Amino acid sequence: MSDINSNIPEGELTSKWTKYKSSVPLVNPSNKRTIEVIIVGSGLAGASAAATLAEMGYKVKCFCFQDSPRRAHSIAAQGGINAAKNYQNDGDSVYRLFYDTIKGGDYRAREANVHRLAEVSANIIDQCVAQGVPLAREYGGLLDNRSFGGTQVQRTFYAAGQTGQQLLLGAYSALERQIGMGKVEMYTRHEMLEVVKIDGKARGIIARNLITGEIERHFGHAVVLGTGGYGNVFYLSTNAMGSNVTAAWKAHKQGAYFANPCYTQIHPTCIPVSGDHQSKLTLMSESLRNDGRIWVPKKKDDNRKASEIPEDERDYYLERRYPAFGNLVPRDVASRAAKERCDAGYGVGASKLAVYLDFKANTERYGKIEAAKAGNHNPDKETCMRLGTAVIKEKYGNLFDMYAQITGENPYETPMRIYPAVHYTMGGLWVDYNLMTSVPGLYCTGEANFSDHGANRLGASALMQGLADGYFVLPYTIGAYLSKEISVKAIPTDHPAFVEAESRAVGILNTLVNIKGTKSVDHFHKRLGHIMWEKCGMARNEKGLNEAIQEIRALRAEFWSDVRVPGAVNELNPELEKAGRVADFIELGELMCIDALNRNESCGGHFREEYQTEEGEALRDDENYAYVAAWEFKEGVNFELHKEELKFENIKVAQRSYK
Amino acid sequence: MSTGNMNLTLKVWRQKNNNTKGALVDYKLADISPDMSFLEMFDVLNEQLINKGEEPVVFDHDCREGICGMCSMFINGRPHGPKDLVTTCQLHMRSFKDGDTIVVEPWRAAAFPVVKDLTVDRSAFDRVIAAGGFISVNTGNAQDANNLPIPKMQADAAFEAAACIGCGACVATCKNASAMLFVSAKISQLALLPQGQPERYRRVQSMVAQMDAEGFGNCTNTGACEAECPKGISLENIARMNRDFASAKFVSEETV
Repeated sequence: MSDINSNIPEGELTSKWTKYKSSVPLVNPSNKRTIEVIIVGSGLAGASAAATLAEMGYKVKCFCFQDSPRRAHSIAAQGGINAAKNYQNDGDSVYRLFYDTIKGGDYRAREANVHRLAEVSANIIDQCVAQGVPLAREYGGLLDNRSFGGTQVQRTFYAAGQTGQQLLLGAYSALERQIGMGKVEMYTRHEMLEVVKIDGKARGIIARNLITGEIERHFGHAVVLGTGGYGNVFYLSTNAMGSNVTAAWKAHKQGAYFANPCYTQIHPTCIPVSGDHQSKLTLMSESLRNDGRIWVPKKKDDNRKASEIPEDERDYYLERRYPAFGNLVPRDVASRAAKERCDAGYGVGASKLAVYLDFKANTERYGKIEAAKAGNHNPDKETCMRLGTAVIKEKYGNLFDMYAQITGENPYETPMRIYPAVHYTMGGLWVDYNLMTSVPGLYCTGEANFSDHGANRLGASALMQGLADGYFVLPYTIGAYLSKEISVKAIPTDHPAFVEAESRAVGILNTLVNIKGTKSVDHFHKRLGHIMWEKCGMARNEKGLNEAIQEIRALRAEFWSDVRVPGAVNELNPELEKAGRVADFIELGELMCIDALNRNESCGGHFREEYQTEEGEALRDDENYAYVAAWEFKEGVNFELHKEELKFENIKVAQRSYK
Repeated sequence: MSTGNMNLTLKVWRQKNNNTKGALVDYKLADISPDMSFLEMFDVLNEQLINKGEEPVVFDHDCREGICGMCSMFINGRPHGPKDLVTTCQLHMRSFKDGDTIVVEPWRAAAFPVVKDLTVDRSAFDRVIAAGGFISVNTGNAQDANNLPIPKMQADAAFEAAACIGCGACVATCKNASAMLFVSAKISQLALLPQGQPERYRRVQSMVAQMDAEGFGNCTNTGACEAECPKGISLENIARMNRDFASAKFVSEETV
């Protein structure tokens, strides 16, 4: 069935990576000094790769659109990072992390990649601690862990609710060290606008200096994209305002296949939308589900305050439906369950599009433990709540503060209101085992690739994957390619391929500022987001997807004839930057709908209403859809499907159950 | 719930680039909702300007959840506005009153030149980090993480210093445009951890030298930086940095 080669090494699953590492061709130190690698993106996947490749001796150029590499959106990850350390002695192992990830991804990820991820997970924690990343510790001085969804062990390492920040600052400091030594040239406020291909191989990029508007040509023996996910196609998401698909999409248009674009993760615990002015959504970390219980009133349209609804009139629907995992079911399951309750009329808050996340029971439980530690074995309720609140504050203080700031409510006193929101995209550029796309010499790491999470990512696995790719996988696998490039001299950037790529990029910029239409970029972005959320969001069906494809095509035509981009090309012009990104989102949106329409099954984050069990769970079709859908871009915004069959040789494929 | 009833007058700093003079320009805004964030209020302003055929106000922002450190508005004389411990993106319009006049300027410091309107160049911070804000450990050289127990108190103190988001509010609010709070936070994080000891004195000397080279001013213990820091970074860090800087002359075998 496969018509693309994933280049998975032969041999036993557990020894593939070890054997690969010891037999992969190497590049000797003097050759490394003349080999140039371009890295686009400075988040966990990009910064870690840039630092590591520079340490190894390669000449590295790194690009980011923000004013500093430290601003990349990895910084906003809250909850934690998984690693199979088994420090809690609760039966964790590389195999369990591998198994949980494959099952969590609803059997739509590649076994070999996921096993490798689980194998290197422990090294990441070691590396970060050595860099001085202050992960949470216990009084004995050892590292602490917490639970995350979709697992029954405690393998998540964290730094309060700011784990992504601390890990990114670790990678950033490693990167800055190389910049200081002159081994990485950093280009901040630069946006990649084209991939340059020579004789079929990626040989550089075209980038725009966002301050001056100048267009620059940069050569590289290889190009790595660590440019993050495309959740902003929905306009409202938990992504940063600048997060975009442009680098990946330009690569796609130059021949890199885009895999499983319809796999989007809708995160169950976000602060609900408060009005039309909303520009982005804010996540409340999944770690809160360790101590928060999710419920709605048992009565429809119950308008009482949460505190006035007695215990026996509350429906803890996750605990009811999934007793084994309870509030810690995976994200896709929790999100759909919230939508089901709200659609059925049990939602809370002004919009009725919210459920409660309630910390009271566990605050009281912690309070009792604290009181007992202090010798008080019969504390009153008030003492329990006071002591327990302090514990909750230490664990999640920054999240509670953020919630209070955004909503104007005090979550220590009333339960949080939460609702699902777009958070992560499992799909991305197709890559083989080496993390190379279908364009030779063009690599893709982190959220921007499709590789490790199947149809649904487990919490605390994004940080793990980004750093695994950048620190421990790509630096080895890229050597397999570069070892054959040692005789290639740096190609001058007046080569016709650079000239042609630059003229494509310049053409688009000039077109955008000269349309001089009547509607702002945001206007189009919001309309695209609305179509995507309504028809390609938490639930999809054939009719809606067909409509969405037509609506998006019409929107694309309207965008290119009526968008208004003020200002000029040769200056700092955020509206122009946004316009280019939204143009790419519109094309991607269409492909997402095409992919969702093609996949006649439900799996993970992709829920087709036509395909569900009697209990409303996702119904997979392993006979016909156990493949990666890798789409090739064709002239005039058309797409051709290629399939990579997924073979499960080590895990028995089963109906996913968290009951 | 979408539109509100607040009417506001904004005085916003407009400046084409670093070579031209800037000025405050008045804008009127109506029907602002108290639930909007301050930056969403600016989105409304920009949408209005675009619809009128004028150029929107350029300002830095990205995550809009208070952690990336990119947003940087000086609001009514205070970095990140009137509320303590929040960034501009987490400031909401309910912190203002109907009829208010709000003055919005960029960060002002010689080491942070204005790029355009409210956007400034903070790359000096990156260069200070590149001068020594790291532990020199290459990928793949680490021992098992739990081989190095670190007392919780010490780890927590390092974390508190590491919570700095590099926004530059400390510099913007300081009458000397000093970056001592920012620099000392990174120095403290690493000085508090056993992993940071081998380079401890070398680090403080190189980072302070770079800080001076960038043109940041000195510290005169006013404490405005601590008061305005959206992450509550403590002045103690500056004391620790000064102590390490002074001791470096005596305890370090190498001078930088």
